[in-house]
Amino acid sequence: MTAVLSPRDRRSLQRASLKHRLAEKGVDRVLWLLVPGAVFVALLFVYPFLYGLQLSFQPKGGGNPFQNYVTFFSDPYLADTVWITLRLGLPAALFNVLASIPIAFRMRGRFRGKRALTTLLVIPITLGTVLTAEGLLAFFGPTGWFNRIWMALGADEPARLTHNYWGVLFSLIITGFPFAFLLTLSYLSGIDPTLEQAAATLGASKRQRFRTITMPLLAPGLAVTFCLSFVLAFSVFPSAVMVGNPAGETHVMSIAAYETALRDNDFAMGSAIAMLMALVMLIVIGVVLIWRTTLYRGATGGKG
Amino acid sequence: MSGQQRFAELHLDRVQRAFGDTVALKGMDLTIKGGEFVALLGPSGCGKSTALNCLAGLLPLTGGRITLDGKRIDDLPPEKRGFGMVFQNYALFPHMSVRRNIGFGLSMRRTPKAELNRRVDEAVRLVQLEEHQHKFPAQLSGGQQQRVAIARAIVLEPPLVLMDEPLSNLDAALRLEMRTEIRRLHQSLGLTTVYVTHDQEEALALADRLVVLRLGEVQQVGSPEEVYAHPVNRYVAGFMGYRNMIPVTVTSQDGERTTVRADGVELVGVKREELTEKAVAAVRPEDFAVVTETGANTLEATVEIVEYHGREQAVQARLRNGGQLHVRTSSRLASGDTIRLKVPVERVLVFS
Repeated sequence: MTAVLSPRDRRSLQRASLKHRLAEKGVDRVLWLLVPGAVFVALLFVYPFLYGLQLSFQPKGGGNPFQNYVTFFSDPYLADTVWITLRLGLPAALFNVLASIPIAFRMRGRFRGKRALTTLLVIPITLGTVLTAEGLLAFFGPTGWFNRIWMALGADEPARLTHNYWGVLFSLIITGFPFAFLLTLSYLSGIDPTLEQAAATLGASKRQRFRTITMPLLAPGLAVTFCLSFVLAFSVFPSAVMVGNPAGETHVMSIAAYETALRDNDFAMGSAIAMLMALVMLIVIGVVLIWRTTLYRGATGGKG
Repeated sequence: MSGQQRFAELHLDRVQRAFGDTVALKGMDLTIKGGEFVALLGPSGCGKSTALNCLAGLLPLTGGRITLDGKRIDDLPPEKRGFGMVFQNYALFPHMSVRRNIGFGLSMRRTPKAELNRRVDEAVRLVQLEEHQHKFPAQLSGGQQQRVAIARAIVLEPPLVLMDEPLSNLDAALRLEMRTEIRRLHQSLGLTTVYVTHDQEEALALADRLVVLRLGEVQQVGSPEEVYAHPVNRYVAGFMGYRNMIPVTVTSQDGERTTVRADGVELVGVKREELTEKAVAAVRPEDFAVVTETGANTLEATVEIVEYHGREQAVQARLRNGGQLHVRTSSRLASGDTIRLKVPVERVLVFS
């Protein structure tokens, strides 16, 4: 080796040393690639959010900055939207998570037709709400197949399953289930199957294995799945209009916010409703995540 | 620990397991006596793990039957068989402390709390994990996890303990230590054990009886000494350290004594199978002695590669006919040396 370094070598040495000096201060230059993304999020999410927040404290008529919030809770038509939306979002998310457990459980192993079945279960995710709503109207409507069979079985009048609560709930389940199922399946596949085998050799029955091994290891994942499913269901809008009763029993928060802001031209009040919507979601997610901290959340691979 | 349910005889009768078109286990017959330590030995894909999983009930049989003291058990699910199993990856429950892992089987059996605690204490002491009993598996080293897995399986005092390559994930020093530990536990508790391994040294060191498997078929069953000194075929011999397999032609046979010849080679050995003209002469690397004079059963070779192993050297030499020899010797040799290697007649095994 010669003592004299070519200019190129010297440059590369300096470059390396800069990288090392930065690394020592905990700076990873590759992470700087995230800057455009961070700016994008700030512009398109944080700014509108903060703008909406301050707007909600500037009521249209002036005066008390909390006037919009006072109006919301003193007008039963608006205040009820919280309950109406929760009544849709919580059962839909809960059903989707609970229904995905046994199906994902069965779908873990290898069997013939697994891919076809998975595709079938996941297709609704690609349909979009409008197509689902049309399908629901055709199937569950007063002259749809379901009611034709229902009447043929001797019912006096068609079952009312569209343009009300049930229509929206069905729509949320159809579009939300594939999502919950895929998440649950991936969490379940992450649990080492030899753990259950070990429990079996130690005398645990199928039910005991599920209760003592699978469920505790799956629960943190289910909590996250529930949160995401709930957020999706809580912000329901198109299906609440198309297969629901948007002026009555499915007058959800997003519809209230839309109507106030864009029909009544009260942007400040609309913002206040949107903020309350975010608050309700945060409270539900917060409760679930706090419960999640009480669970085991480490590796589920079984290996040390 | 005392009073475990001893059995007299576990019998595998033409046990077969197929996966689709491939048969992993081809009609295995084996009788295991209570208190025995049996090792299933073979390379990966020989069916040894399949056999173990069939015994545990984790894999249903596709043929044959398993009986315990005459009672058929192969139709029972694993939780009804009550055999303890130690998995290769330990399969410790990551969300339970060491104590709860060890007590899991007892709590599944609804053992009263006082008895459960007493027995877990005893098991923890037995595998020397007193300091770690309240930790979680992720906080333990590989060897400690292994001890938990063993304690969890034996705390139930099962009639049969199944071990699936339990030492293969440990480093060399720990492997030796745990090997002694397993042997010690077996001797003090007398638990009947079936141990699966691909490491012949481990099997020889631990087992009372060895079962050598190949491609789903039992090749030889015998004591470590029998299998080590008297392998029944060239496959078992190769597995038991007969690294030199010299292709030869049989020239004469006199009872067991067989004379064989290859280009530049003439050896007298012991016949181990019915022979035709073509045969192989199997010799262990350590059975060669480096000598100076020519004579009977002496081969001439050129040293090619020498590896230093402390007391001994591992030497790769080439015969004049081009064949390769592995030799272990305490003589100091160097690459390029021409050497003479003598091997006793009874240490040359002739297989077809």
